[in-house]
Amino acid sequence: MSSKHSATNTVKLKIEDVVKVFPSRNKKNDFYAVDHITLHFKHGELTTLLGPSGCGKTTTLRMLAGFEFPTSGKIIVDGEDITNQLPNKRDIGMVFQNYALFPHLSVFDNVSYGLKIKKVNKAELKERTENVLSLMNLEGLKDRSPSQLSGGQQQRVAIARAIITEPKILLFDEPLSNLDTKLRQYMRNEIRNLQRRLGITSIYVTHDQEEAMAISDQVVIMNEGKIQQIGSPQEIYLNPVNSFVADFIGDSDILKVSVNKADEKFIQLVIEETVFQVKNEIDYLFQKDDVVNCVMKPEFWSISDQGNFLVEIIQATFLGSHVEYIAQLGNQSFKFFDYHYYENGLKEIGSKIRLKLRNDLVKVLAYRTEDQKINKVN
Amino acid sequence: MSYSSLNKNTVKNKLKTIVKNPHLFVLVIVVLLSLLLFSVYPILNIFKTIFVGEQGLDLHAVQKLFDKPRIYQTVWNSLKLGVSSAVISTLIGFVFAYSVARTRMFGRKFFNFVAVFPVVSPPFVLALAMILLFGSSGLISREVFGMQSTDVYGFKSLLIIQAMSYSPIAYLNLKGVLESMDASLEDSAFNLGASRWKVFSTITFPLAIPGIFSSLLLVFIKSLEDFGNPMIIGGDFTTLATEAYMTITGRNDLRTGSLLAVSMLLPVLTAYLVQRFWVNKKSYTTVTGKASQGSTIIREKKVVVPLFIVCLLITGTVLLFYGTIIGGAFVRLWGIDYTLSLDHFRYVFDTGLGTVKDTLIIALIATPIMVLLGMVISFLTVRVKFPGRKLIEIGSMLLFAVPGTVVGIGYLLSFNKPPFAITGTAAIIILVLVFRYMSLGIEAGSNVLRQIDPSLEEASKSLNASGFTTFWRITFPLIRSALFSSAIYAFTRAMTSISAVIFLVSASWNLMTVAILSAVDFGKLGVAAAYCVILFVIIGLAFSGLNLLLKQNERSM
Repeated sequence: MSSKHSATNTVKLKIEDVVKVFPSRNKKNDFYAVDHITLHFKHGELTTLLGPSGCGKTTTLRMLAGFEFPTSGKIIVDGEDITNQLPNKRDIGMVFQNYALFPHLSVFDNVSYGLKIKKVNKAELKERTENVLSLMNLEGLKDRSPSQLSGGQQQRVAIARAIITEPKILLFDEPLSNLDTKLRQYMRNEIRNLQRRLGITSIYVTHDQEEAMAISDQVVIMNEGKIQQIGSPQEIYLNPVNSFVADFIGDSDILKVSVNKADEKFIQLVIEETVFQVKNEIDYLFQKDDVVNCVMKPEFWSISDQGNFLVEIIQATFLGSHVEYIAQLGNQSFKFFDYHYYENGLKEIGSKIRLKLRNDLVKVLAYRTEDQKINKVN
Repeated sequence: MSYSSLNKNTVKNKLKTIVKNPHLFVLVIVVLLSLLLFSVYPILNIFKTIFVGEQGLDLHAVQKLFDKPRIYQTVWNSLKLGVSSAVISTLIGFVFAYSVARTRMFGRKFFNFVAVFPVVSPPFVLALAMILLFGSSGLISREVFGMQSTDVYGFKSLLIIQAMSYSPIAYLNLKGVLESMDASLEDSAFNLGASRWKVFSTITFPLAIPGIFSSLLLVFIKSLEDFGNPMIIGGDFTTLATEAYMTITGRNDLRTGSLLAVSMLLPVLTAYLVQRFWVNKKSYTTVTGKASQGSTIIREKKVVVPLFIVCLLITGTVLLFYGTIIGGAFVRLWGIDYTLSLDHFRYVFDTGLGTVKDTLIIALIATPIMVLLGMVISFLTVRVKFPGRKLIEIGSMLLFAVPGTVVGIGYLLSFNKPPFAITGTAAIIILVLVFRYMSLGIEAGSNVLRQIDPSLEEASKSLNASGFTTFWRITFPLIRSALFSSAIYAFTRAMTSISAVIFLVSASWNLMTVAILSAVDFGKLGVAAAYCVILFVIIGLAFSGLNLLLKQNERSM
């Protein structure tokens, strides 16, 4: 990993070459839920594990919590190998997807559960619980039972319960997936602020890329048990390393474009007789007439009479803040947004317009990257 | 006011829809009448017999009951047995359920298999095995310990037998509770630093309490109603069920016997009400969201090994008892001559072949009627809205809910004089089986019908299929496997029922369960065991037939 953050940030948690195999009855179909991953988590940072369902993110999280044990590899916290330690000895807090509030206990008893287990004396238990309750704005609700709380309140109780013992690491298993959109956006900010304030190293699992962008210091994109890319939200958004990441993050279109000419610094591309130039960030010398995959985001395009690209509108969807168009360019199509429709006007389907491209942002993917093993970590 | 007029309107509407469809209307009337006649009337008749004399209300029977010697002892016996076997069965059931639901221990599936044995076997097989093992000529008491005289009859044996017979009920109930408990709750406590024991004592156990109470109540009711076991192994330890039977058949006192039987309803009803209004209220529903993936699986040896040993011991005991029955059927004279022989089977085929045939004929006639009626009633109650639906629901549950002894006496009182003089015929036995066990069919039918979206049927109708075609082509294939299963369970119940039918059998129509009981009475333990083995074989064949059908069904789906 590049040292984008200051060197004082020490590594808190390491996952080293971890594999998790769920054996099947006949050995042939053994399922590699997690396939040789290595990850470092820095002290006080929030990392999201992002990927589609079945990508191994939840299994990774459960191995960190101790509910699953790696088939091979190591998990190291503060230099201590905890790979085979039981969950109750790890001192790693977890917020469950469905909150897992104990239905037979009051809010107060739920939150103080961890302290009670640690046999903290009564006065201290009361004080610490009340502190956490007020931190999470739950003072008035302490005698309620979980079933009397709203979804957002339950979520806060779950977080309060997880942080009260001041665990070394905090895990979040898709904590917002049961909330409605508005509350989800509010809660994710609240979680982020809390995490910053407590300075607690956190790992957050989600399949929602927007959520991952919004709250992370570091995003880990996984697919089929393998790490696809590690980076800050900006890095993974603007510099996807392969078509999976490009496709998964944002509304990307991947266009096939032929190479006109190329050197070490730039590649000149041509699509439907329009020539444009992009940076060459790949250690590969392209030849003329090679076909490359270009990652285009809808916001790279803008409507302009001076634009080089003549396209035909084939779909237009008015969304209030902007209009979402799908444009046809030769035999390929892509999506773009127009945030200035009140100046540009709404374009009719079938109309031909000119578009300008921020070609400095366009990213060329390495040729047939899907087949290559991404090994940025090492 | 507006509310009541609205209410009236819907009743009117319901009436309208049902009258508009004459087939349905006739069906409802027929079902309603038959329930009134064969479920409600016999029960009412018992009360009439007890409380109505020649000059109106007559409490003579009640007075006579309290004058009866040992009556308090009998009531006390029943309650003591009920409570003790509820506690022990639930404890065993919980250990089993916890082991199967929370560990991946070796032999888990086998334990699960053996645990449900007693559910489908004749009710008093274990009692018979107890006598063979620990009786005066018992294998263990005499051959192993060399005891000359042992008293196997009485409370202790009865308790052991009931605990073995009813712990499967508790097991199945509690396994459901533990499996449906959200695994993330225990995970969460574990994550917060609790030890396995703490997780169990602060989370698992408190959350299972409603389930534990409901299985305590269930077993209590079962124990109270139990007739076969106390008859065989109770000895001097009389219970309400056996005392009612003795009073009616031995002393020919119908009124006191009826009252004894009916007095069982009081604790049963209490238990039911406690369950309905207290336990159900206490149960915790999952708070939000879908349950998380996976479940807490305990792998620590210090937890798994003790559980394994307990399961092994109990399973071993159950197997020993069933093995004893088979052994008893195939040796010449238990306790004296252990050489292999087919004498007992020869005896059964010489003198009891008629009984075996009767039992099969009755069960084979009763089963399809049970299933058909169950299906019709479940269809009516789930799919059709009509006034009196609740009545049908209650009427169809009535005979299943009350003790078999009460049902048997009710039928005995109700159908022995014109216009319903059917005592001594096969019809009365078939009727009592059908109306007592059809609730099995109703339950299966309702469950499956509720799962089938009515829009499937509507889609078929919208394509101009008739009601019958819709049922035959769409609904029936979907409910077929549930139907088969309930048919086999109904058949098993018909083959192994005793408490109700013992009042209704006659010289011309006898049943195997009753024959087993009288064989034990006459000290022909080998013959009784042979009968049991034959019953096992028939039930075993029925279940393998079911499996085969279900597999075929799966393939054709």
